[in-house]
Order: sequence, then structure tokens, then C-alpha cells
Amino acid sequence: MSSTSNNIKFNRRAFLRTSSLASGGLLIGFNLFTACRPEAKPPVNLADLNYSDFNAFIKIAKNGAVTIFSPNPEIGQGVKTSMPMIIAEELDLPWNMVYVEQGHLDTKNYTRQVAGGSQSIRFGWDALRQTGATAKQMLINAAADKWGVDASEIKASEGIITNAAGETLGYGDVVEEAAKLEVPENVALKDPKDYKIIGTDQVNVDIDKIITGQPLFGLDYKVDGMVYASVLRPPAFGQELVSFDASAAKEVLGVIDVIEIGEKAKSLLSKEEINWTAQLSGTGKVVVIAKNTWAALEGKKALKAEWKEASPLESTDFHDKKLNELLDGKEFATLRKDGDVEKAFSQADKVLERTYESPFLPHNCMEPMNFFANITDDEIHLAGPIQTPEDAAITVAELLGRDVTDIKVEMTRMGGGFGRRLYGDFVYEVAEIADKIRKPVKMISSREDDMTTGVYRPAIKYRIKAAIKDGQLTGYQLKEAAINGNMYGLIPNFFPAGAVENYQVDVANYTSNITTGAWRAPYTNFLAYAEQSFFDELAEEMDADKIQLRLDLLEKVKGTTDERIQYSPERLQGVIKMAVDKSGWGSAPEGTYQGFVAYYCHNTHVAEVADVQIQNGLPVVKKVTCVVDCGIVVNRTGAINQVEGGVVDGIGHSMYGNYAFNKGVPEASNYDKYRLIRMKEAPVVETYFIENELSPTGLGEPTLPPAGGAVANALKAATGKRVYKQPFMLDKEIWKVTEKPVLG
Amino acid sequence: MTPKKSIYMPTYQLNVNGKVHSVEASDNTPLLWVLRDELNMVGTKFGCGIAQCGACTVHLEGNAVRSCSLPVSTVGEKKITTIEGLSEDGSHPVQEAWKEIDVPQCGYCQAGQIMTATAFLAKNPNPSDEEIKDAMHGNICRCATYNRIHKAVSTAAKKMV
Ligand code: FES
Ligand code: FES
Repeated sequence: MSSTSNNIKFNRRAFLRTSSLASGGLLIGFNLFTACRPEAKPPVNLADLNYSDFNAFIKIAKNGAVTIFSPNPEIGQGVKTSMPMIIAEELDLPWNMVYVEQGHLDTKNYTRQVAGGSQSIRFGWDALRQTGATAKQMLINAAADKWGVDASEIKASEGIITNAAGETLGYGDVVEEAAKLEVPENVALKDPKDYKIIGTDQVNVDIDKIITGQPLFGLDYKVDGMVYASVLRPPAFGQELVSFDASAAKEVLGVIDVIEIGEKAKSLLSKEEINWTAQLSGTGKVVVIAKNTWAALEGKKALKAEWKEASPLESTDFHDKKLNELLDGKEFATLRKDGDVEKAFSQADKVLERTYESPFLPHNCMEPMNFFANITDDEIHLAGPIQTPEDAAITVAELLGRDVTDIKVEMTRMGGGFGRRLYGDFVYEVAEIADKIRKPVKMISSREDDMTTGVYRPAIKYRIKAAIKDGQLTGYQLKEAAINGNMYGLIPNFFPAGAVENYQVDVANYTSNITTGAWRAPYTNFLAYAEQSFFDELAEEMDADKIQLRLDLLEKVKGTTDERIQYSPERLQGVIKMAVDKSGWGSAPEGTYQGFVAYYCHNTHVAEVADVQIQNGLPVVKKVTCVVDCGIVVNRTGAINQVEGGVVDGIGHSMYGNYAFNKGVPEASNYDKYRLIRMKEAPVVETYFIENELSPTGLGEPTLPPAGGAVANALKAATGKRVYKQPFMLDKEIWKVTEKPVLG
Repeated sequence: MTPKKSIYMPTYQLNVNGKVHSVEASDNTPLLWVLRDELNMVGTKFGCGIAQCGACTVHLEGNAVRSCSLPVSTVGEKKITTIEGLSEDGSHPVQEAWKEIDVPQCGYCQAGQIMTATAFLAKNPNPSDEEIKDAMHGNICRCATYNRIHKAVSTAAKKMV
């Protein structure tokens, strides 16, 4: 178990550099991920501020104002507020003296500047505290020199430095001197008990811009002379462009030109081993260039194109069949094996086996994919919403045969990510377009483009089998059949790994031409529901109490020396007990049915209880009680927002989210056919945090996976029937009333 | 039918946030794109283009409308209010409530949410919980900030009495 002590050793010389600014004041460059070169120097002009050696900066002006250039892209997970809060805490400043700006990416060197996997806070925690504390110590040292006293006699708090005689200096009064000092080593960090900013409620730093409609997002990005591009991609996965007729499109008022792109992507695909985030497709695409967005979109509608089948066009029935074949077959890779599950099954009193199914899912970020590019012989300027700016820059350089140092990536706020903006397909498209037309251009996807040419959460099936002997769980086997890849990392070692003597995880996959990728809480977003539904059923089969069974199994994991087991049985038990207490588990009023889930993923321990009622034959999720152990909560209001959003998102997709293909063509292309959860279906979420002083873990993902399971278990309690397939509302057996999507 | 190049772009006089703007646009251009691309008011957002998500909500004579599905040629002299014109400085009680409750996550849907809420509260200043849900049901928030949107609308209602 990690604690707040420094478990990462920093090479401070490499990680922090200071300099005086030409404009006066102190600039501290630091590297969150310690990957910078020792000879790196921060710029003395703010205009030269770059992220080549340091991925974040703090500017302390002579008037004491502090600007923190936040390094990580903001997708709505709140790091642009919470990461600077950590620096300000150790720097010991009043939060209202801190300004936060989004940093940009320079591409001379690369460091981890990615939003994804709920990792930002976890990786940044030590580095951000160190940076703040070191800067504060330098200010103290400078004041000590000025007063001619020993630094140990000086205190700094709330932006004011005070000596033993009671004299004071502002941080701004000593920044010039501080900038010239050596960077001190081994600076003490605060005791969490003394925190003044961490653990408070700090409103989103962009709130004023958001509520007044200021430009923030990629779609809002604009430069003089910019044109708009709309891209016609193959209507079916598996198709490639043969030819096109642009004559009608060119007649549309506002259309400037129609071009074809794709050769560059194709040639890169043929010769390079490309990065996992580089979703390149090898087909030609037709691009309408126009004076405004509407003309670009209308022009695209007027295009006529002929496509050919380059690889088989797949339908949902086909995927279903393939996944079943895989589950029934023998071609598995084993990701974890303890004991002998086969023996356990053969010796069991009872064997329980269930299969769970989930469909593909689009991300549906509220802001459709878009990106800006302006390419000249000297520079490639890219701007927009992307979770992986470094990968995008590297791939664009390879694509266009340019030097990566020519590339500047400006990051805008993102209207949602959910994993979609890890993939840079739209960046490569706009790069090819801009390279051809040599004008500043923005590629904009319509909702239909965004939804039907996505990078989907893959369809997956799980088959879980358990052996029960003498009232004990003696064997547990999890089989995964998935499209285009399988669970990774430590997922096979999640609970109940370590709690069952004979335990095995097997995976198999089918390679499809439908593009798939990470979707908020990859794999666990569906696995949690499967496993937790299974657990409920297992408890019923064993005649055991649902809560006690989990607590007892966790008891067996305590003291494990298996390093692959990263979940903490104590912390999982902690959230379980609190959820039982806070939800009124077992004493729900007449007509309210509860479902329970406890789950660990993304380094965070969560328990959820869903309260469901049946109204007019259909389920209504009234309330979800969510207990989270994410260590220290940095920004309470932001954290609660993430928790609530994750829960409601998880419920929405498990109840309604469905994405089917017919001969390679997605069956839904906009919100009239694809149902997202809305206000009336969203339950009240009651959030509780376990109070401790452990290092913070991320919150963007971990509350989502358990939500579907909690609802599924509550549905069983309410109807007596189990749902084995997502989305739950598709089950015609249970819901006699066929429900139409509620339209806006 | 999409107009042909041989036709000149018509000019429209639009009354946006109390000012009359002259814009050239083909007559079927949705108000949304005129606001965003021609008038550089990008607060109004594009989400679906088919009147399903509410991201593009503006006020037309005080009523909440979906600007993505409103051709510019049908607006005439009617008064348009966008998020930029809701208040000088973000001080509309609904905006203040949004800040107080710290509603946004990614923030993209929020201008539309705020515009729907303001038009609703102007007509129903003292709504019940159910009425708030009905009024806001048409606006999607992909980040699912619904709990907070609900809270902010009722907080704003209290501020407005
Ligand atoms: S963009 Fe207008 S309702 Fe979605
Ligand atoms: S805050 Fe992201 S869509 Fe609503």
C-alpha cells in the first residue's frame, strides 16, 4: 500500500529549474515525469515558454501573483483545477492568488502529457508537491539572505514570509533573488493535517468562461483566413473509395474546393509499425473545403462516391456468432492461473456458469471530433482537443515526412474525451488536408460522422464459471471473448483473484475491421457488471449473505505477498461496510429494490448500492449510494462531480447503450436513434469518501464500472429475473412494455 | 434544396443580444452556424444538428429554441439572445447558480443547459422538482452532470424571487 511519503526518488536537478524572467519575477520549470534532460533550461521570456524539457511551469510575478501553466489536457476530469491546487498547497498561497493557464506542447522532446486512465493525479501527486515545496523553500532562502538570518527562523504561509522579529515580505518581494539561488534538495513536505487547499471545494478554474460562452473548445478555435473541411469517409467498415463525383458539391454556395486525401496515411501504414494511438485508415477520403461549416457539411451531402469492399462487411449477428465460437472453443491465452480449476469443477458439489454480453459503444463526446491545422514550409501548427498530443505530433511528422521539431500543438479544452480523443485519426486527416491546401483549415465532424466513423468500445462476452464445494467457493474461471484485443495490465488480478484457490483467466479475440479502442474504464466498464452480477447469483447458489460472502473472500486475501494483486482487501472491506451503512442496505422501503456492488479498478476502491423501483412496468433508478476510497481527496467539489458523472454514465450505457452494425454500417448515427441517459432517468447520487491520508488516485473512471452491476442486481431483486446482456432495456423477456427512446 | 452558386448570398439583418448585425448566408443556413462562423459568437454549441441534444439552445423572443434547426431565413426581426448576451458579466442568477454549484465537467453542453434553464425559469419562476426535470430533459449532458444541473436550476429559482 502506498502512502503519502515520497515513494518516488526524484533527480531534483533534472526535474526542477528556475530562472529570472525578462519581465521580472521567477519562472520555475518542472517536469512531472522526471524525463527531462539535465542540461535543460527554462526560457527567460514567456514567449519562449515551451514544453520541450519541462512540462509545467510556475510563474511568480513581482506583485506576488502566481500563474501555473497546467500541463495536462483537460477533458472534463478536473485536473486543470486539482493539479494546481496541489502546487499551491505546498507553495502555501491563498488559492485566489493563483491563475491557471493551459500549457501547450512543444515537440522537441516528449514527456507524459496524456489524459487517460485516471492517471494524472496519481503520477503527479509527488512531483507537484515537491515542486511547490521547493519553490517555497527558495523564497524563504532568498528572504533569509535579505534579512541576514538563518532560513530556519523564517516561516512562509499564505503568500507571506515572516521572520522571528515579526517582519514580513511578500513572495513577490524576493522572487528576483530566489531565481538566482541553487535549487535546494530534500525539502520537507506538509503533513496532510496542515492542508489548507487540498480537501476543500474549488470551483472549476474555467467556470467564468464556460458560463459566459467564451471560446475554449477546439470547435471554437479560429484564425483569420481559416477555411472549413468536412470529410466523407466510407459508409461501411471494410470499404474503400473507388471514385467520386464532386460536381454537385462544388455547386453548393460557399464550397471552395473538393479534394481527396488518404495516400499519405496509406503509405505510412504500409511501411511503419505505427503507434497504438494512431488510428490510420488506408482508404481514400473525399474532403469538401468551404467558407463556413454549413457549406462544408452541405457540400459533403452533395458528394457522390463509389466504394468497394476491401475486407468483409461485418454485422452484429456475425460478431455474436464469432464471440460464441471463441467462448466455446479452445484457443485461449491464459493471463492468470492459480491451482487447478478443472479439478475444482470436477470435484464440486455445484458448478455455476453464466455468460454476459455487451455491444459496441460509441463515445459520443458532446463536442464532435475536430481539429485545426496550418502547414507552411517552416511550421506545422496544430490546434484542438486531443488527449495524446505527443503521439499525434510524432505521427503527423512521419505522415508528412517532416521534422517533429517543426510541429507545435496547441491544446484546447475538450468537450469530453471518454477515451475517444486518445486516437488521433482526425489530426492526421486535417494534417493531410492542410498539407494539400496550404491554408489554415479546421476539420469538423458532424454528429453523424462522429458516431458512425468512431473508435468503439469493442463488443465483448464473458463466461464465468464457479465451483462450490462444502459451501465454499473452490474454483473460479473467467473467459473473455472480445473484438480486436483483450483485457490487459493487472485486470486479470482484480478481485476475486487471490481469494480463490483455483482461479484462472483466459482470453481470446477476433480481429475485426471495425475500429475499436479505449472507452471510459476500458474492459472493466463491462466486466464489473458481469462479475458483480455473477457474485450475486453465486451468493444465492451458496445460500450465503451477499455482503458477507464478499467480506469473507476478501479476508483470505489479507497479507498476500502476490505483487500482481494491487487491490487492498482492507480498503475494499472499508467501502463495503460504509456502503451498507449509508445506503440503508436491507431496509429499503416497500417497492424499492436494492443492488450491491464492490469493485476495484483504476487504483480506486468503490462500493455502490442502487435503489430501483418499477413504474408502469419499467425500471426507474431512484438513487445510487456511492462510497469511494481514492485516498486524499484533492478537490472535493470536483471529485464529487466525477463520481456522480461516472455513476450516471455507467447506468445510462448499461441500460440504453446499444450499437449494432449491418454489413459494416452502423445502425444509429445520431441521438434520435442512439439513446443517451437524460435528466429524468438520472438517479440522485449520494457520494461518500473514505477519509484517509493515502496518496490520491484518479476519479475519472472508477465509479462507472460498478454502476451497471448495481442496477443489474437491483433489477433482479425487483423482477426476479437476471439480465445477462447489455443494454438491459433490450431484454424483451423482462420488459413487456417496449420502450421508445425519449426524444428531446 | 441547397442553393446553387449562381444565386447570390442573401443578406440578413439579425437582432442578436440587442444589436443588429448584417450577415450574408445562404437561406437554409441554420442560425447556429451564422452565430458561430459569421458573427464569431461561439458560445452556442453544435452537438447533433437535428434538434435532439439542446447544445445549440438560444432564445428567440425569450423562448428557448434549437438554433441548429432554425434556418436563418425564418428569423426575421425576432430578438435573439445567446449565452454571450445573457448578462454583461456572468451575473444572471442562473449563471451565478451554475458557478455556485460548480456544475460543469467538460463544460461543452452547459451554455445550452443555461439557456434552456433561463427561458424556463422566466416562465415558471417557482418550479417543482418534476417540472425542472421535464424542462431540462431535452438537454443532453454527456458528462452526466444532471444532479448538479437540477440543483443549480432550483438554486437559481430561489435567487430570482
Ligand atoms: S445541436 Fe441543436 S439540438 Fe443538438
Ligand atoms: S459538461 Fe460535458 S457534456 Fe455536459
